[in-house]
Amino acid sequence: MDTDTIAAISTPTGEGAIAIVRLSGDDAVSRANELFQGKDLTTVDSHTMHYGKLLDPETGEIAEEVMASVMRAPKTFTREDIVEINCHGGLVSVNRVLEIVLAQGARLAEPGEFTKRAFLNGRIDLSQAEAVMDLIRAKTDRAMNVALKQMDGRLSGLIQNLRQKLLETLAQVEVNIDYPEYDDVEEMTNDIMQEKTAEVRDEIENLLQTAKQGKILREGLATAIIGRPNVGKSSLMNTLVHENKAIVTEVPGTTRDVIEEYVNVRGVPLRLVDTAGIRETEDIVERIGVERSRQVLTEADLILLVLNYGDELTEEDVKLFEAARDMNMIVLLNKTDLEQNIDIERVKELAGDNPVISTSLIQEEGIDQLENAISSTFFEGEIDSGDMTYVSNVRHVQLLKQSKQALEDAREGMEMGVPIDVVQIDVTRTWELLGEIVGDTVGESLIDELFSQFCLGK
Amino acid sequence: MTYDAGHYDVIVIGAGHAGVEAAAASARRGAKTLMLSLNLDMIAFMPCNPSIGGPAKGIVVREVDALGGLMGRVIDKTHIQMRLLNTRKGPAVRALRAQADKPLYLKEMKRLLENQDNLTLRQGMVEKILVEDDQVKGVVTETKAAYYAPSVIVTTGTFMRGRVIIGDLSYESGPNNQRPTVTLSEQLEELGIEMVRFKTGTPMRVNSHTIDYSKTEIQPGETEPRSFSYETTEFITDQIPCWLTYTNETTHEVINENLGLSPMYSGMIKGTGPRYCPSIEDKVVRFNDKPRHQIFLEPEGRDTEEVYVQGLSTSLPEYVQKQMMETVPGLENAEIMRAGYAIEYDSVVPTQLWPSLETKQIDGLFTAGQINGTSGYEEAAGQGLMAGINAAAKTLNLEPLILDRSEGYIGVMIDDLVTKGTREPYRLLTSRAEFRLMLRHDNADLRLTEKGYELGLIPEERYNRFTEKRRKIEEEKKRLENEIVKATEDVQDIVKESGTTPLKEAVRASDLLRRPEIDYSYIERLTPSDIALTADEKEQVEIQIKYSGYIKKSLEQIEKMRNMESKKIPDDIDYDAIQGLASEAADRLKAVQPLSVGQASRVSGVNPADISILLVYIEQGNVARVSG
Repeated sequence: MDTDTIAAISTPTGEGAIAIVRLSGDDAVSRANELFQGKDLTTVDSHTMHYGKLLDPETGEIAEEVMASVMRAPKTFTREDIVEINCHGGLVSVNRVLEIVLAQGARLAEPGEFTKRAFLNGRIDLSQAEAVMDLIRAKTDRAMNVALKQMDGRLSGLIQNLRQKLLETLAQVEVNIDYPEYDDVEEMTNDIMQEKTAEVRDEIENLLQTAKQGKILREGLATAIIGRPNVGKSSLMNTLVHENKAIVTEVPGTTRDVIEEYVNVRGVPLRLVDTAGIRETEDIVERIGVERSRQVLTEADLILLVLNYGDELTEEDVKLFEAARDMNMIVLLNKTDLEQNIDIERVKELAGDNPVISTSLIQEEGIDQLENAISSTFFEGEIDSGDMTYVSNVRHVQLLKQSKQALEDAREGMEMGVPIDVVQIDVTRTWELLGEIVGDTVGESLIDELFSQFCLGK
Repeated sequence: MTYDAGHYDVIVIGAGHAGVEAAAASARRGAKTLMLSLNLDMIAFMPCNPSIGGPAKGIVVREVDALGGLMGRVIDKTHIQMRLLNTRKGPAVRALRAQADKPLYLKEMKRLLENQDNLTLRQGMVEKILVEDDQVKGVVTETKAAYYAPSVIVTTGTFMRGRVIIGDLSYESGPNNQRPTVTLSEQLEELGIEMVRFKTGTPMRVNSHTIDYSKTEIQPGETEPRSFSYETTEFITDQIPCWLTYTNETTHEVINENLGLSPMYSGMIKGTGPRYCPSIEDKVVRFNDKPRHQIFLEPEGRDTEEVYVQGLSTSLPEYVQKQMMETVPGLENAEIMRAGYAIEYDSVVPTQLWPSLETKQIDGLFTAGQINGTSGYEEAAGQGLMAGINAAAKTLNLEPLILDRSEGYIGVMIDDLVTKGTREPYRLLTSRAEFRLMLRHDNADLRLTEKGYELGLIPEERYNRFTEKRRKIEEEKKRLENEIVKATEDVQDIVKESGTTPLKEAVRASDLLRRPEIDYSYIERLTPSDIALTADEKEQVEIQIKYSGYIKKSLEQIEKMRNMESKKIPDDIDYDAIQGLASEAADRLKAVQPLSVGQASRVSGVNPADISILLVYIEQGNVARVSG
C-alpha cells in the first residue's frame, strides 16, 4: 500500500478549544520532528505527548505552541506511525499547522484515507469493508460538493480562464512539435511562453493574495473595534480574548505598540487590528483621530461599532457610522445595565442591514448573540462548518501554491535556455493542478484543442 | 471440402505493415509461422503517403527496431530522402522522417521475409477463421486450404468490407483496387466482436513530367547520414527533394462550388474520418478563413514518375480533382495518374482486446494494425510486432510482452487503444505520451533492447554491441560527475568561446555540461575521455546529464504510475458486487476489464473515488484469501 505520509485536521472545526492535525505514514515521526522544537520526537517513547513549538519551515520562525503525541506502529489507528499535533482550536492556528505540515512534504489526506489505511492495514474488521467504501463515497461526494459550492463563481471562472490560456499555449507547442512543417502557426518560443505563463503566474499570485477564503484562513478576519471613549471597547476586547483563548503574536519588524490578537469565535478567526492602541489609550479615535481611523477601517474586513446604551447618540457616533458605511459591521449597544438614553430606532436606521446587538459586557450579557452575529456574518448563514469545508480550502490553497511552483520551475527552465518542449512539462503540470481545483479531469482536451485550433495535415 | 494444408504455431492474415512485423517477430521468437497475403507482390505496400516516421511515429520505428523489427532496416535501405525533425527543440521530440521509395520498399521487405527462418509465405484469401468453443483452431482460404494453429493474428487493415468512394462512384474494394474481404468481417461479428465504421482517404498521384517545379519551393533532404535502425551502417547520401506549393482562393472556390458532389457532405460516407488528416474539402470548410493550404509534392520512388500530392486528400469526383489542380501553381497541367479517393472500412472496437492484443472473446485470436482503429504504417508496425511476439508466446506457453506507458510510444498507443478506445482513426502524437522526455528517439535501444534480447528477438552479437554501448555511456557519465574542471586560463578561453559566463571557481564537468551553452564537444576539449565514444554515445551522455533534473522528475512520476500498475485486478472480479462503486464506473470497468488498478484509473468515466473503492475491495479480497 501507499505509505507516504498523509496529514489532515482530524477534529471538527469550530468550537473546540483544541484542534488536532494528524499525520500518518512511514515518515510521520521524522517529518513532525523536523518542524518540532522542544524535544527529539524520533527518540521519545511511543504513545507519549510532548510540549514544544512548531517552526514554519519557510521562515524558520516559531509559528505555534503545540503538544505532539507520538504513536508508533502497529498499535495505532492506521497501524502506521502516527503523530498528532494538538494546537489551539479555531481555523487560523489549525490551518496554519496543517499548511506547515504540508509545506514540509506531507500529502493532504484524501477523504476517508485514514480509515482506508486502517482498513488496508488490517486494523478494521473485514466486515466493516463495505462501510469503509460507503464512507469514502460519501466523504468524497461531500468534499466535492463543498469544494464546488464553496468556490464562488468568480474563482472557478478565473481558474477556467487560466487553464484555457495555458491550454492554448500548450496546443501551440504541440502543433510545433507534431507538425513541424505546418507554416500557419507562430513558432512558440521561450519568450512568448515566458509572457503567457507570466500572466498566469501573476493571476495565481493574485488569487493566493486576495482570494477571500484563502486570506481569511491565513490571516483571520481583520476586525476593528471602534467607538467613542468609555463605551466599552476594551471590555469587548477582553471579553473576546478571554472567552476565546487569544494567541498573541508580535508582528515582525515592529515595536510592541502594534499587536494583533487572534481569537477564534465559533470557528471564525478574528484578527483584532491595532488593539494595542485601544488598550493603551483606551480610545483609538482619540489617539489617531477620525481621519486616521477611517484608514484603519478601510483595511478591516469586519467592524465592531460600540455605542453607549446609556448615552444619547452623538455627532461623533454618526461620523463613525458614516466612516464604516458599506462595510461589514456589527453594532453593539453596550451597557444595557444603564438606563436607556439612546434612540434605538435611529441606531437601526443608521445600521441599515447590519445587525444591532444589545450587550452588557460587564454583566456578561448578550455575548452569545454577538458571537452568533459574528459567525453568521462570516458564513453568510449558508455554510455549516463541517470538517470538510475548510480542508477543501486548504486543498485549493495548496494546489494554487503547487501551480505557482510549477510555473516558477518553468520560468527557471526558460531562463536556463531549456528547450520549450521540456519546459512544457512544468506548464502541463500547472494545467493539471489547476484542473484539480475545479474538478476537471485530463481527458483528451489537449488533443481536441489541437485539432479545433489548427488545420492540420501531414 | 477443405484439405489439410499444414499445421503452424501462429498464422498471420495479411501482409501489410502490421502483418509483416507480426510474422517476422513470431518467427524470430521461435514459432513456426505462416503469413497469408492476398497478393504476394503487395507485401508492405504503402497505399497512402510515401513516407515513414515523423514526430512520435519515427520513434515507434526506432522502438520496433530496438525489438528486432523490420521497418527501420527496410526504410534505411530504400528511402529517397531522410530528415531529422525538430532539431531546434529538445531531445524528446526529435524524430526522423524518411521519404520512401515505394516499389523498392516492397521488394526489400519481401526479401527479408523470404529469408526469415521459421516463416512461410503463402498467397491466399482467408475466407474463415476456424473457432471451436471460443478457441482459435486455424483458418480456411477461399481455395479450401485449411491451415491449423492455436494462435491467429488478423491484420487486414482497411480491407474488411472496404468501400472506395470517389464522387458518386462507390464500389467494394480494398485500398488501391485490391479485393476486399467481406466474410471475415461478418464472421467476427458473429463471434460477438463489435465493429465500427471508419473512413480515411488519399490524394491523387500525378505524373512528374507534367509538374512545373519552377513555380514551387524545393524541400531538400539532409546530407548528414541518418538511419532509423541501430544496425544500419551504410547510408544513402544521394537524396531526392520534395517540393512545396499552395492552394489559393481560386482552389477553394472550386471546392466550395462542388461541395454538393462530395460524398463527405452528401451523406454517402458514413464512417468517421481522422481529424489529423482531413481532406482538402474538410480543411476548406472548417477553416474557411485560411487563404491557402500547403501542398507537398512527394516522389513515390527513384524509378517512377508518380508523385504524391500531399495535402489534397479528397473524395470529390475525378474531374473536380482535375479542376482543383489547375488552380494550383505548378500543377496547372498536371496529369492525374491515379485519382484521390476515400475508403470506408470496418474496424474492431479495440477495448475488446487485452493489452497483449489478444481478443477477450476468442482465445488465441489477435488483431493488429488499422483493423484496431489506428491509421499510419508505423502504428500498424508497432502493433504487429507486439501481436507477433505475444501470439508466439501464447502458442509456446511463454510470458506476453506488455510495454507500459513509460517504456515506449508502442506502450502508450496500445494502452490508449485497449483502455480508452478511439472514436476516430487513431494516430500517435507526442502529446499522448505523459513521459515523453523518457520516450526519446535517441534512447529506444536503451529502453527496449534488453527486453528484446530476453525474448530472443535480438541476436547475441547485436546484444553484445548494445551492452558495450550502455557500459561506455554509464562510465563516461560517472567520470563527468567526478571530474573537476579548474578555472585555468585555457579553460576560461574555451568556456568563453561557448558564449557562457566564465567560471568563478572549479566546477564539476557534469555541472558545466548542464549549462545551456555547453555541449559535449566543449567538455571533450576541456576534459577528454580515455575511451573512444561514438557520436551516439556522446549524445546520450550529454542528454542524460543535461536534462537530469527533468528526467528525475519524470522518473518519480513513473514510479507512482508503476505502483498503481502493480496492483493487479483479479480475473474473477465482480464489479456489480462492489458496494459504493458508481454504476457508470462499474459498466465501463466491465467493458474494458482492466488488468491493474493503474489501467482502471485511465478508463473514461471512472473517477478517483471509484478507484479508492476498487483498491479497498481488492485488498479486502487479498486479506480474505490470506486469512481464509
